[in-house]
Amino acid sequence: MIRFFLGRLAVLIPTFIGVSIIAFSFIRLLPGDPVALLSGERVMSPERHAEISHQLGFDRPIVVQYLDYLWGVVRGDFGVSIVTKKPVIDQFFELFPATVELSLCAIIFAVVLGIPAGVIAAIKRGSIIDQLIMGTALVGFSMPIFWWGLLLIIVVSGILQWTPVSGRISLMFFFPSVTGFMLIDSLLSGQEGAFQSAFNHLILPTIVLGTIPLAVIARQTRSAMLEVLSEDYVRTARAKGLSTFRVVGIHALRNAMIPVVTTIGLQVGVMLAGAILTETIFSWPGIGKWMVDSVFRRDYAVIQGGLLIIAGLIMLVNLAVDLMYGLLNPRIRH
Amino acid sequence: MKKLTTLFAATALATLMAGSAWSKTFVYCSEGSPEGFDPGLYTAGTTFDASAHTVYNRLLEFKKGTTETEAGLAESWTISDDGLEYTFKLRPGVKFQTTEFFTPTRDLNADDVIFSLERQWKSDHPWHGYVSGASWEYFSGMGMPDLIESLEKVDDMTVKIKLKRREAPFLANLAMPFASIMSKEYADKLEADGKMNQLNQMPLGTGPFAFVGYQQDAVIRYKAHPDYWAGKQKIDDLVFSITTDAAVRYQKLKAGECHLMPYPNAADVESMKADPELKVMEQAGLNVAYLAYNTTQAPFDKVEVRKALNKAINKQAIVDAVFQGQATPATNPIPPTMWSYNDNIEDDTYEPEVAKKMLEDAGVTDLSMKVWAMPVARPYMLNARRAAELIQADFAKIGVDVEIVSYEWAEYLERSKAKDRDGAVILGWTGDNGDPDNFLDTLLGCDAVGGNNRAQWCNQEFDDLVTKAKEASSVEERTKLYEEAQVVFKREAPWATLDHSLSIVPMRKNVEGFVQSPLGDFAFDGVDIVE
Repeated sequence: MIRFFLGRLAVLIPTFIGVSIIAFSFIRLLPGDPVALLSGERVMSPERHAEISHQLGFDRPIVVQYLDYLWGVVRGDFGVSIVTKKPVIDQFFELFPATVELSLCAIIFAVVLGIPAGVIAAIKRGSIIDQLIMGTALVGFSMPIFWWGLLLIIVVSGILQWTPVSGRISLMFFFPSVTGFMLIDSLLSGQEGAFQSAFNHLILPTIVLGTIPLAVIARQTRSAMLEVLSEDYVRTARAKGLSTFRVVGIHALRNAMIPVVTTIGLQVGVMLAGAILTETIFSWPGIGKWMVDSVFRRDYAVIQGGLLIIAGLIMLVNLAVDLMYGLLNPRIRH
Repeated sequence: MKKLTTLFAATALATLMAGSAWSKTFVYCSEGSPEGFDPGLYTAGTTFDASAHTVYNRLLEFKKGTTETEAGLAESWTISDDGLEYTFKLRPGVKFQTTEFFTPTRDLNADDVIFSLERQWKSDHPWHGYVSGASWEYFSGMGMPDLIESLEKVDDMTVKIKLKRREAPFLANLAMPFASIMSKEYADKLEADGKMNQLNQMPLGTGPFAFVGYQQDAVIRYKAHPDYWAGKQKIDDLVFSITTDAAVRYQKLKAGECHLMPYPNAADVESMKADPELKVMEQAGLNVAYLAYNTTQAPFDKVEVRKALNKAINKQAIVDAVFQGQATPATNPIPPTMWSYNDNIEDDTYEPEVAKKMLEDAGVTDLSMKVWAMPVARPYMLNARRAAELIQADFAKIGVDVEIVSYEWAEYLERSKAKDRDGAVILGWTGDNGDPDNFLDTLLGCDAVGGNNRAQWCNQEFDDLVTKAKEASSVEERTKLYEEAQVVFKREAPWATLDHSLSIVPMRKNVEGFVQSPLGDFAFDGVDIVE
């Protein structure tokens, strides 16, 4: 197991270095003067330019600059926002809970609906129900998030007026953030109706962000289930005269879950990509919206640092998934 | 005794109820996050709406709905005969806001005015570089560092500003967001506490609304300033709900989650007008979009060629296709809502046949040229690429071959300044201070060649007129000079003037007292919600 872990880590480190090189080159490859881009100053005298250039270390050899950058990253220094002048890492942790909250809800939504849908489709293989579920999954999988989000807003919020349009909570409520999770903070605030409001605000973004993972999980569950159902031990269980519920629920599902867990883990990357669009549509103040806003503000330091942090996170999650998979299925370790 | 207690309880309850039932909250679905809250540091309208127009006042203010100035924190002012000395008498008894983070102990005085301007002017001022990367872009962009000779406190309530030369737009400049007056007392406290950065994060001024809090990219809260010198506002709380997508803003407006929104999608305006819950205000914006030829390069150095090309552009088609009618074709380089607009000038008519002949007469055949299209939507030009394609088709009809080019926005602005740049550039301008000088001299003056003057056009006759107008003392005299300058402009045709867009503001029916600003800013003093 330790060898397996070290092996995975050995792959991860060069990958991370690769990503850091891309992030490092980002500002240097953009059109325009990197000194002006990083300092945010547009009008500069030559002396001032030289001064900032020196401060930022642009007058040193490129390799030294990169190593310096990497050393900063290792110590958690991802630069300072050009606009807010706050460290990128601090801003990231301020906004991250909002994204985690939304992503968790979306994953729960996708799992709770996706696994049963996949199981039912597998049992009823070839039936109309199967075709219906798989057809819907295909539509869900191909849904452009931006369009889907706006459609839901227009129909559910605009016409039916069932849910609020955007934001995390009604502006009537105003309390300090304790955990960063609105569902928890609204309960802690003790204000009547706050939790309800936070919950209502979560509904549409959860559906939008959860749609693609839902479709993927349903399809993966179905194919894993089909494979398991054709195994000998399932046939044996059936032959023993066990109920369908026992056969499917206890014997088959447990084994079918192994690839599904991997799939769920891999959805984290998809979620972060989806969060960029979902958060923008729903004015959800998380890291996805933060990245988009930073692009509009030309806050290159944030784009650079944010990308690296997100890439690092996705890699860590994938590592965790790999390890879990290794624990669940000893064969994979070799 | 029991009765008395009941009565007391009832009164207390009634007071409480009144407190909540009568608290009016106005929600503005703004289009983006402010860059900060010190208006001197930035140039974006979004930032000014969230800082200059809520928290702060200036010595002079623009009269609501116009580009004329009126008294603000300066009650009155006198200008010396040579036009170089401005003496401002401050309004007595102006209170700064009391907030959770600072309690002021004194009223506005001359120190505040000097502090607010001097920090932008003097590079050795302790506050000049308090935010790293601060460049006081507007202050220097308006030429203030070279214009001001001295700033002087005559007494507590009098400030004297001496200029190096006459400058007619100077008063209008002082009404601009960058000239917002801050509290020196607050700044001193922050400096003593070593928290100078806070000035840009937690603003405090004399304006109609006091800053309460900002949650990055989500919401800004203000409450009415109870001791505001012009009277307390009718709304108690003002909330900016930051909503970057125009379609979402519209849905929030429809659902009643906000009362007013800026910058609707052109395609939504018809349905907004049809909605009985909403009302829509519209007005010609203080802007212009243009196609600037490089007048220093052949064959665009010939006026006949520029004239011919102008006659080949079907402006109405551009307005229809790009704005779905929410703009008007432009004749002059300044918009019709601006004073001194010359109504007598006739626009080039769209006559491709005539244009073709003119081009032939000028000896230009087989012309192929570049048309630059901006990569971003601006209020004056929502889709430059579409406009460029229409121009391409128009020019093809007279035998001119067009290649459309584009760059990343910052790059586009930079490259289009170059004197030896090729072809013609689509660009535009939104006025900052309501003064014609801000268009005519800024965009077309000889000093602006290699900068804002994208046509690289230096015409002595035109330049003399606008320079004379800048130094003239009366508005009548200036009007006459600017009208003449527009005649020269039209005759020489350094640009094809394309359009002035309409500025459209949808809001809930129950919003009262909102006045559209020709300068494009959103200010909520005087706004009320009626039931």
